[in-house]
Amino acid sequence: MAFELNGRTYETDEEGYLADLSEWNREVAGYMATEDDCDLSENHWEVINFLREYYEEYQIAPAVRVLTKAIGKKLGKDKGNSKYLYELFPYGPAKQACKYAGLPKPTGCV
Amino acid sequence: MLKIEFETPPLGELLVTPPVQPDAMAHSRPFVAKPEHQQGLGFPGELVDNWQDVALEKMDELLGKYRSLPVFLDSCVKCGACTDKCHYYLGTGDPKNMPVARQDLLRKVYRRYFTLAGKWFPRLVGAVELSEDVINDWYSYYHQCSECRRCSVYCPFGIDTAEITMAGREILASIGVGQKYSNEIIGKVHIIGNNLGLPEPALANTLEGLEEEVEEDINVPVKFPLDQHGAEVLLVTPSADFFAEPHVDGLIGYAKVFHQAGISWTLSSYASEAANFGIFIGNYENMQKVAQRIRQAAIDLGVKRIVVGECGHAWRVAYSFWNTLIGPFDFLDPAYPAPQHICEFTYDLLQGGALKLDTEANDDKVVTFHDSCNVSRGSRLGNVPGGQFTIPRELIRSACSHFVDMAPETIHEHTFCCGGGGGLLTDDLIELRVKGALPRAQALQQVIEQHGVTHMAAICAICKSQFSKVLPYYGMEMDMIISVHQLIGDALVFDSEH
Repeated sequence: MAFELNGRTYETDEEGYLADLSEWNREVAGYMATEDDCDLSENHWEVINFLREYYEEYQIAPAVRVLTKAIGKKLGKDKGNSKYLYELFPYGPAKQACKYAGLPKPTGCV
Repeated sequence: MLKIEFETPPLGELLVTPPVQPDAMAHSRPFVAKPEHQQGLGFPGELVDNWQDVALEKMDELLGKYRSLPVFLDSCVKCGACTDKCHYYLGTGDPKNMPVARQDLLRKVYRRYFTLAGKWFPRLVGAVELSEDVINDWYSYYHQCSECRRCSVYCPFGIDTAEITMAGREILASIGVGQKYSNEIIGKVHIIGNNLGLPEPALANTLEGLEEEVEEDINVPVKFPLDQHGAEVLLVTPSADFFAEPHVDGLIGYAKVFHQAGISWTLSSYASEAANFGIFIGNYENMQKVAQRIRQAAIDLGVKRIVVGECGHAWRVAYSFWNTLIGPFDFLDPAYPAPQHICEFTYDLLQGGALKLDTEANDDKVVTFHDSCNVSRGSRLGNVPGGQFTIPRELIRSACSHFVDMAPETIHEHTFCCGGGGGLLTDDLIELRVKGALPRAQALQQVIEQHGVTHMAAICAICKSQFSKVLPYYGMEMDMIISVHQLIGDALVFDSEH
C-alpha cells in the first residue's frame, strides 16, 4: 500500500504505517491524522516528538509508563496519564501516535 | 487507522443460541505473513507452486507425529454437543464457527486422502478434494478459533478442536500462507527475545523508570532487577507487562511481592518473554526454539527457580510442555515446582505467613475473576485438582473484601475465551474479537447489574489487552480489567524488618 502527498509516494503497510521511517516528515503526520479526522494540536506534537526521540535512541516505542511520565513532565502532571493520552489519541496512544510519528506498529499482546 | 465496519451485537440475555447465519464471517481473514516473516520461522516465503502436494505431505506428517490428530479426526459422531459452545459461534451465528463444522473443514480433506471410504466413495462420506476454496476456508476459519478448548469440555469424546486448528494453521504456514500477526512476533522473539521487539537498553530504561515510580509512590525501594547473576528466581513474564496498561501494574505487584518476601529475583534481557506463539501456529520447532531461550537464560544466570508471570498460554506451554521441550530442569532447586506460576508463588508466601495484605486498599472495588482458557483447561495451579480455579480466587479474596463470581456456566473449566486468544489479538480481526467477547461481556454485565461489580481481574496478558479494547464496544469502561497482582500489590503491607 502507499499514499501520495505533495507529489511524492510513501509506501506503507496494510494498516497505513510508514514502511520507511526515514521518509517521515511533519506533513506526513498531518496527512495521516486528517485521514482519521484528527487535528494535530501542540500537545499531539509533544507526544509525537517524544516518540520519535525515544525511538531514535532505543529502536522501539516507549512503554506506556515511560510515555506518561515524559508527557507529565512536559505538559504538567495532570496530563501525565493514559486517560489524557487516550483523549488525544482515541485509538490508543501506542498505536495511533506511533503511526503519526512514522514508527512501526507495536506488536505482541498489547 | 484501520477502519472495519461492523455492528456490535446487542448484549441480550446470557448464552442464547443465535440463529444460523451462513457465511456471516466468511470475509474475516487476518493479514497474510510477508516473506520475511515466514522465512525466519523456516516456512516458504509465499504460496508454493505445488501447494497441494506439500499440504498433503504435511498432513501425512502431522497424522504420524501427533497420535491425537487421527483419533480426533476419526472419532466425531456429529452428536452436536459442541455446536453452541464456541464464543465465536455465539457472537457471529456463522455455522462454520460451530466447532464440529470448523473441524470438518480439515476432516473432509483427511477423509478424501487418508481413509479407505473417502478414497473410494468420497461423496458418501463427505470427503472433498483439496482445492483453493478449501484452503481459503481454512485460512479464514482456522483464524476464527482461539484454541481455547471450551468445546472439548462438552465433547463426549474429548475431541480437542485446538489441535485441529493448530494442524490447519501449520499446514497453511508450510505451503507459504502463514498469519502475519503471529509469525512476525515469533520472528522478533527469535532475534530480540520478546514479542514487542524491546531491546535490552529499552527494557533497562523502562525498569529503571518503574523503580523510580514505585519509590515515589510508596516510599519503598522496590527493585526491578535485570540480568542479575546468582539471583534465586528468574521471572519470565509477557513483555506486555513491561509495556502496556493494565499489565504493568501486575508487574509492579510481582516486584512488591518479591521485595517484601525478601527473595532475590531477576528478569532476563535474553529471555524477556513468557509468551510462546509457537503453540498458536501449531509448530513444534518454533515453540521449542522460543522456550529454549528461557532454559538458556536460567542456566546463564545461575538461578535456582523459574517463575512465570501472568500469561495464559505461556503457562500452558510451561506447565504442559516445557519438560519435554526444554527439560530436564535438574539444574534448578528440586524443593520448588519447576516451573512455578506467580500465583502459586504468592499463594505459598501468603500461606506461610510471609506476606500481609490489607484489604482496605481495595475497598473501593467489587471484583470478579475471568478464568483464562489456557490456565483453566490446559494446565493447573498448585498441587490439587482445580487449583487453577481456587488459587487466583484465594489471592483476590486475600486482597479484596468484595468478590463475586460470574455465572457458573461461564467460569472455571466452562470459562469463555476473552475473544482475542490463540494468535487473534490483532486489529485486522477486530470484528471477530468484539463478537467473540459477547458471552463474557454478557456474564460481566450480569454481575455489574446484580452485584455492582467494578473490576474484572485476570491472569493473562492477552485477556487484559483484549478486554481493554473490546469492553467499550459493550458500553463498559476499558479500565475495568486489571491484573490479579495489581490487587495484591496495592494491598501489600510493607514491613520494615525485611
